[in-house]
Amino acid sequence: MSAAITTRPPTAPVPHAPAAGGTRRRSRLRTRLELALLLVPALVLFAGFVLIPIGVAGYYSLYSWNGFGPITDFVGLDNYVDAFSGEVFQGAIGHNLIIAVLSIVVQLPLSIGLALLLNRKLRGRTFLRMVVFAPYVLSEAVTAVIWLLMLQPGGFVDEVLRGVGLGGLVQLWLADQSIVLYTLFLVITWKYIGFGVILLLAGLQGVPPELREAAALDGASAWQITRHVVLPLLGPTIRVWIFLSVIGSLQLFDLVWIMTLGGPANASTTMATYLVDHGFKRYEFGFGSAVAVILFIICFLFALLYQRFALRRDTEGALTGVR
Amino acid sequence: MSRRNAVGYLAAFAVIGVTVVPLLFVVLGGFRTTAQINASPAGLPGPFVWDNYAEVAGSPVFWRLLGNSALIAVIATTLAVVLGAMAAFALSRYRFWGREGVYTLFTLGLLFPLGVATLPLYLWLRQLGLLENPLGVAIPEAAFSLPVTIVILRPFMNAIPGELEDAALLDGAAKLGFFWRILLPLSRPALITVSVLAFVTSWNFYLLPLLVFNDSTNFTLPLGVAMFQSEHTQDTAKVLAFTALSMIPALAFFVLAERRMVGGLTGSVKG
Repeated sequence: MSAAITTRPPTAPVPHAPAAGGTRRRSRLRTRLELALLLVPALVLFAGFVLIPIGVAGYYSLYSWNGFGPITDFVGLDNYVDAFSGEVFQGAIGHNLIIAVLSIVVQLPLSIGLALLLNRKLRGRTFLRMVVFAPYVLSEAVTAVIWLLMLQPGGFVDEVLRGVGLGGLVQLWLADQSIVLYTLFLVITWKYIGFGVILLLAGLQGVPPELREAAALDGASAWQITRHVVLPLLGPTIRVWIFLSVIGSLQLFDLVWIMTLGGPANASTTMATYLVDHGFKRYEFGFGSAVAVILFIICFLFALLYQRFALRRDTEGALTGVR
Repeated sequence: MSRRNAVGYLAAFAVIGVTVVPLLFVVLGGFRTTAQINASPAGLPGPFVWDNYAEVAGSPVFWRLLGNSALIAVIATTLAVVLGAMAAFALSRYRFWGREGVYTLFTLGLLFPLGVATLPLYLWLRQLGLLENPLGVAIPEAAFSLPVTIVILRPFMNAIPGELEDAALLDGAAKLGFFWRILLPLSRPALITVSVLAFVTSWNFYLLPLLVFNDSTNFTLPLGVAMFQSEHTQDTAKVLAFTALSMIPALAFFVLAERRMVGGLTGSVKG
C-alpha cells in the first residue's frame, strides 16, 4: 500500500497521509535507481554514437588533419572558407537544393493526385497499396543497381522508348552532364513516390465523408471539394511529407554514389558524396568534418525554421524518422 | 461515378506498370543470357535459362552477405528495441525533473540521419577497434534507430490507462514488474512496428558498412549488390539474377509485415 502511494508522481495529489519518512526516502531512492536503470543505457548509446560524434566533428573541422597522428595543425575556420569557396561544393549544395525543390514541385502534386485517385473504392486496393509501396522497401543500393542497368546506353529504357516511337527522347542518361541530375531525380521519384502516396492515403482516411457530402449538397463541384475541403484537411500530412522529403534530399548519398559517384565531372555531386569523397577517399578528415558540420547546420536550420513556421500548428510528435 | 472509377483504374494500372516493370526486368532478366539481353534489352526470356540463378544461389558469396546482413540487423533491432522500450517506459510512466528535456533530446535525433555523423563516427569506431566488426555497424545503427523507437513507443505507453498501473501496484507488483508483465505485453503492436522499422533501416543501410568494412567477407547485402554489379559489368544476366535474389528478403519481409510497416509509418504521423 505504501509503495503505491510513494511511487506516485510527486505532482499527483497524494490521497492519504504520506507513509513514514524512512520508507518514503527509501522508495524515492528506489525510483531513482529504476529511472537510472531504464534511461542510462539508451542515453549512453545515443550520446556515444549520435551526439558525441556530431560534436567531435566540430572540433576536427578546425584542424587540418589526415586522420592519422596527433591533431596539431589548427587552421581556424579555413576549412569552412575553403569548402564554401570551392566550386564543386557550391555545385553540390545547388544539386541538393534542386532535388529538394523538384521533389516538392513534382513529387508532391503527383503523390496527391495518385492518392486521390487511389482513394476510390477500387477492386484490389490492398494489393495496389502494396505494389505502390514495394520500391520504398528496397534498399537504395538495389534501386541504384536496377536503374544503372536499365539506363545503360541502348539498354532497357532506350529500347522501350524507341519501341513506342519516342526514340527522340533517348539520352545518355547518366553520362550527360546536363541530364544526369534529372535522371537521378526520376529514380528517386520511382523509389519514394509510394511512401508519399501511402502517407496521403492514410491522411485521406481522416477526412470525414460528411464534410464532402455537405459540400456537395451546397453545390460544390468535385474540384471545389477537393481544393477547399480535402486539401486543407491533408495539410498536416503534406507538411510532414515536405519535411521528410527535404531532409532526405539534403542527405542524398547511396543512390548517387552507386550510380554516378557524383560524376560525370561533378555534375551530380551532393553534399554527402562530397563529404565521403574528401573525408575518406582523400583522407582530408579536418576538411571533411567541416563539410559534415555544414551539412548538419543546413539540416538543423531547416528543421528548426520549418518546425517553427510550418509544423508548429500540427500535433506534437508528428515527425517520424522516415527517410 | 463509373467514369471517375475508370480514371481511377487507369491510374492504378499506370502506377502498377511503372512500379512493377523495373522489378520484372530484373527477375526475368535473370532467366536470360547476357547475349539475349544485349540483343534485346526489353525482351522476354526465351528459352528460360536457370544457370544465372543457380550459380548465384550456389556460390557462398550470396549467402555470406545474407548472413552478415541478418546478423547486423538482428543485433541492431534488439538493441534499439530493448533500450528504446526501457527509455520509453521511463519517459512515459515516471515523472521527474528534466523528463521533457530528455525526450526532446531523443526527438532531435530524428533530424539527423547517420550521414551527418559518419566521419567522426568512423574515427570513433576506429578508436574503439570496431572496424571490420559487425558490432561497429550494428551499434551505431541501433543508436540512430532509438529516436523513432522512443517517439513511437512513448505515446503508446502513455495511452495505457493509469488504472491498470495502480491496480498492479496495489496488488503488490513493483513498478518494474508492471513494466515487464503488463505494459510490455500490452505494447506488443507498437513493439512489432518499431522492430520492423529498425530492422528494415539496418537491412538497407549502405553508408556505414561501406566505411566500416574493407574486407568483402564482412560486407552486407547492399554493399554486396553494388560490388557484384561493378565486378561483373560484362555479365548483365548474372548481375540481374544476383539483384533479384537480393530483393527477395526485403520484399518477403515487407509482404509479411506490410500492415505494421505502413501502419507504423502513417500512424506515427498524426495528421
